[in-house]
Amino acid sequence: MNKTLNQKAWWLVAPVLVLVAFNAFIPLMTVVNYAFQETFGNNVFFWEGTTWFEQVLRSDRFHDALIRQLLYTGMILAIEVPLGIGVALTMPRKGPWVSVCLVLMALPLLIPWNVVGAMWNIFALPDIGLLGHTLNSMGIDYNFTRQPVSAWMTTVLMDVWHWTSLIVLLCYAGLSSIPDDYYQAANIDGASRWAIFRYIQLPKMKRVLTIAILLRFMDSFMIYTEPFVLTGGGPGNTTTFLSIDLVKIALGQFDLGPAAAMSLIYFLVVLLICWVFYTLMMRNEEQ
Amino acid sequence: MARIRFKNVQHAYPPPKGQKPVYALKEVNQIWEDGGAYALLGPSGCGKTTLLNTISGLLTPSEGEIYFDDQDVTHLPTPDRRIAQVFQFPVVYDTMTVFDNLAFPLRNRGMDETAVKLRVDQIAEMLDLTANLNKRASGLTADGKQKISLGRGLVRSDVNAILFDEPLTVIDPHLKWQLRSKLKELHQQIGVTMIYVTHDQVEALTFADKVVVMFEGTVVQVGTPVELFNRPKHKFVGYFIGSPGMNFLPCKIDRGQPVFHSNLLSTSHPVSNDLSGRIEVGIRPEFVEFADDGIPVVIESIEDLGRYQVVTVKHESEVIKMVVDEDRPIPTESPKIQLNPDMTRIFCDDWLVGGGQNE
Repeated sequence: MNKTLNQKAWWLVAPVLVLVAFNAFIPLMTVVNYAFQETFGNNVFFWEGTTWFEQVLRSDRFHDALIRQLLYTGMILAIEVPLGIGVALTMPRKGPWVSVCLVLMALPLLIPWNVVGAMWNIFALPDIGLLGHTLNSMGIDYNFTRQPVSAWMTTVLMDVWHWTSLIVLLCYAGLSSIPDDYYQAANIDGASRWAIFRYIQLPKMKRVLTIAILLRFMDSFMIYTEPFVLTGGGPGNTTTFLSIDLVKIALGQFDLGPAAAMSLIYFLVVLLICWVFYTLMMRNEEQ
Repeated sequence: MARIRFKNVQHAYPPPKGQKPVYALKEVNQIWEDGGAYALLGPSGCGKTTLLNTISGLLTPSEGEIYFDDQDVTHLPTPDRRIAQVFQFPVVYDTMTVFDNLAFPLRNRGMDETAVKLRVDQIAEMLDLTANLNKRASGLTADGKQKISLGRGLVRSDVNAILFDEPLTVIDPHLKWQLRSKLKELHQQIGVTMIYVTHDQVEALTFADKVVVMFEGTVVQVGTPVELFNRPKHKFVGYFIGSPGMNFLPCKIDRGQPVFHSNLLSTSHPVSNDLSGRIEVGIRPEFVEFADDGIPVVIESIEDLGRYQVVTVKHESEVIKMVVDEDRPIPTESPKIQLNPDMTRIFCDDWLVGGGQNE
């Protein structure tokens, strides 16, 4: 068979290429540009090589922010994933309560991030906030603007409140796709509640759960708005996560070079963790 | 091992709002003898699966009681009933190997591992699954998966009954035949009660000693395949069993004998004259033949099916089907037909009446 070569087809791809170029590639390359050079304005650049990268990778400040970030993401995943699965399992599968539950679950997801931060800020204020005041009047010394532990507890709680619903909804979708036959067969086979969860529900939820964990990992690893509004990264630097630190360096100190290098490292870390996680889950699938 | 008895069992599924409940099962009184091979036959939606699920306890009937021997099990939960059930569509535990799938019902009941291995190997051997025992169950074809489902049903040896809910629907025709004979063979070996739901009469008649025919939520007849063929108790059984189904001709009764459009027919099962209701004569196409003398008919069509031909004839406006051997000539000039009196049955309001009822 003779193939006709026709280069005109490129024109059909062109709009997408242009779009991707302007929305992803060019901005990213600008960052790369800043990451390897020094500038004093006026569009004058000096080549710096890997200086900024070395500086960032050696700085204690970056290490601390990265550790805080990993700890935070680890904590919220450890809470939200089991909690989300648990809630999804207890949600009704039929009847009028289904839509009520679904709407209630979706509500936190619809609230803008800065509003969530502001809500929790007011909610947690030690003197007048409902949460803060209640805790203090119960004799628990709580002040998220002064105590690192309180600040951490509040940021974690806020994220759990805001995002557990996402995991619940995804798991619920996975659970709803299990035909009744499976439960009936398990019942006949004398399977315990745990065995039903382990051998029927969990395997059927695996795909959606993979997506849910990936989404929650990425979002929480890049979290900015909510803790910024709630604690502003404080007290001290105790809730300064990577994004908050990045903004401080780029816009607060105007250190464009180190900020650009840090952005790239940050991006590569997210990419690497997602890739490792996804590959592991999928390899498991193939076996 | 137990004899299963249904006492006035009825079941209605919860109706949509504002509507009356529709009964999926109406007044079933039925005894399943211990060790019988039963087929539950009926069209889709007649309540077969509902009935099966009340035996296994997946469904609690809205009224009536179910007994295993003398024990009332109506409200006993499924795992305590010692019932195995195989469903229409394959259910396999995806993350387990074939071996673990088959072992699952045994392990859940705390059987020790050597006994499990022995039993699983035996069942796998029977279902040709031995080569696949260490494979992940999710990788098998639909056939293979359904074999696993079957295997999980058969693996327990302590069961009161094994229920099959159209288990061979997804299986290839040649394998279907093979598996059905395996089931039958197994039944003879272990003698456990087996109840096999199907809407396919061939499947029912080849598998079962006793066929239970259901129609619109009731059991219309229980009998051997021969009984169902020769003496259907209800018009539905006449239609449903046999191919083509039974002919039903409207008639009147004169001195115990039916009269069809002024042709006096004769039956060896006479009825009383004072029957009231809609009266019909039922005759299988196999027992209608061409004769020199009899009811004059017009031939409508002839279908040649190889060893026999199905001839459709008409008298007045009534259509009669007949089965004629391939080597019998079909008369061309003014054909007449005769009905075999021994096989001529009388039905009143769809139910069999007369001497043919309790032979």
